[in-house]
Amino acid sequence: MDIISNLALGFSIALSPYTLMLAIVGCFLGTIIGALPGLGPSNGVAILIPITFTLGLDATSALVLMTSVYYGAMYGGRISSILLNIPGDEPALMTTLDGYPMAKQGRAGDALVLSGVASFVGAFLATIGLLLLAPLLARVAYLFGPAEYFALYLLAFCTLGGVASNNQAKAAIASCIGLGIAMIGVDDNSGLPRLTGGNMHLADGIDFLVAIVGLFAIAEVFFFIEGHGKNSSIGVKLEKVKVPWKDIWHTRWTMLRCSLLGFIAGILPGAGASLGSFLAYMSEKSISGKDGGFGTGVAKGVAAPEAGNNAAAGGALVPMLTLGVPGSGTTAVLLALLMTLNITPGPTLFTDRPEVVWGLIASLLIANVVLLLMNVPLVRFFVRILMVPAWILLPGVTMISFVGIYSLSGSYFDLLLMVAFGALGYVLRKLDVPTVPVILGILLGGHMEDALRRAMVLSDGEIMYLWSSPIAIGFWIAAILGFVAPMFLRGVLTKPQRVSD
Amino acid sequence: MASDRLFGLVVLMTALAYIASATQIQTSFLQDPVGPKAFPMLVGAVAAISALVMIIKPDPNPQWPNLKTFGALLIALLVLVGYAYALKPFGFLLPTAVTAAILSYQISPRAVPAILTGLGLSIGLFVLFKYALKLGLVPFPKGIFT
Repeated sequence: MDIISNLALGFSIALSPYTLMLAIVGCFLGTIIGALPGLGPSNGVAILIPITFTLGLDATSALVLMTSVYYGAMYGGRISSILLNIPGDEPALMTTLDGYPMAKQGRAGDALVLSGVASFVGAFLATIGLLLLAPLLARVAYLFGPAEYFALYLLAFCTLGGVASNNQAKAAIASCIGLGIAMIGVDDNSGLPRLTGGNMHLADGIDFLVAIVGLFAIAEVFFFIEGHGKNSSIGVKLEKVKVPWKDIWHTRWTMLRCSLLGFIAGILPGAGASLGSFLAYMSEKSISGKDGGFGTGVAKGVAAPEAGNNAAAGGALVPMLTLGVPGSGTTAVLLALLMTLNITPGPTLFTDRPEVVWGLIASLLIANVVLLLMNVPLVRFFVRILMVPAWILLPGVTMISFVGIYSLSGSYFDLLLMVAFGALGYVLRKLDVPTVPVILGILLGGHMEDALRRAMVLSDGEIMYLWSSPIAIGFWIAAILGFVAPMFLRGVLTKPQRVSD
Repeated sequence: MASDRLFGLVVLMTALAYIASATQIQTSFLQDPVGPKAFPMLVGAVAAISALVMIIKPDPNPQWPNLKTFGALLIALLVLVGYAYALKPFGFLLPTAVTAAILSYQISPRAVPAILTGLGLSIGLFVLFKYALKLGLVPFPKGIFT
């Protein structure tokens, strides 16, 4: 039993007091980050990466800390959805649909605990799925050559553009912005600078962390200035918190179904947690039919999206770890973390650095239990955190971003770039151009070009080599379908709007 | 309509400029079949086509902020740029307090809480970063207090 011995290795790392402490700290920070409106998993993890890096933690510790933050933020996102009707992040949007009405009926405590349990079930099952599926996929990934990788990267961009955004042209532009930025700097093959415009600061290329923090964290500040912090009022008071056993038992099948669905959605490259919670909610809605009362504050409507969302968060780790292709915005940020730590995700990770992979999986399981234990009794504390007003929170986020990036490189140029990315992020989001493909492009651009060039070296310039294997052809077909099909399905798959008072 | 068209036009121009500068990339004598130019030019071409689609089929305009809010955004942008330049020569405490106070004021225009936020964040974060996380920050400009 490979898996058992691997898990034993993982737990031997994860259960050391120091790693355990990091997991608990990560969960705590993560829940706070997720709960705060204006900070979600992506920007929360993003602003912490430079600081983690400067602290000089080793690879496993840093990874454990940040994935605990990631899982924690997924948990925390539901708090502001339920109490304030403000989704802390995009996947939590579905939770507002039934969570907020339930809170208005005076059952805020029930909704919080129920969604916490649903999050636990989803994340737990997804972590089990991850540890069963990832080694298998890693074995398959050994068969991939450069042509397959090129097609796989293309697939990630296409599904991300097709499924997760509203306008294909805009998603394509976003991907191109990212890919175009990735090309700046010294070309690895020839050693000559490309597209730097003679600027010495650009010779090393643009650090993806600068772009991520700018696009996710600084852009958010501009949005809050535009809204004058209106999104920070407390909506619903929290009464007594007790465990609603009846509701939990009542929604057991919903949680299981939605976990499976969310996990599958998470695995798809580019689809991620938003799709997971969306599919979970919509399928449960159609299963229970018109009498189910979805949208009026029923238990199933709270449990379904949270289980789906958290299962997708776990599922998204599968392609990220085995193939190096992230399935969502936050896993793109985690990929950035791995690359900062000089770990190359991919099939070789499982054989070369088993302690990293299995230590990570074991600490995910631990983090999950910690989160459940932490979230039920401490929910009042986290609710109090929500009351931090935007006019303290957002300047604080900005300062932390600046310190993080500044301590990475010590150059004012990177800070200027970060502000520029913040402004770009504001304009892009205003125009409904998704920013996640930009990040993905910056992260994967170098690899994608490298795959293309190595494929052409292997085939001596014969372009048909790109379609020479069934796997590659499959990826190309999936990529084209993933990009084109949503144009026709858009009428069917309209996202439900937020409930308004 | 107009916003998308304008944005499409900007992207189109940038993409064409990008392709043009990609043709100027130096090539070395050791050449692989693709070379360093092809991929950037491909990316530029895809961007240009997408920009054309955006110009032909624009989405409805987003709701842009009014002139006053726009001014607030511009001030925030300038303050952040200034902060980027000031962090090294002036140390951490002073620029952070000023920047945080101005940002806070832009989000919620009340002077006293904004100034307190600036002072609190500047000192609080300095203590956190310097003593709890042990990052090497310089509190004051070199030559003063040292």
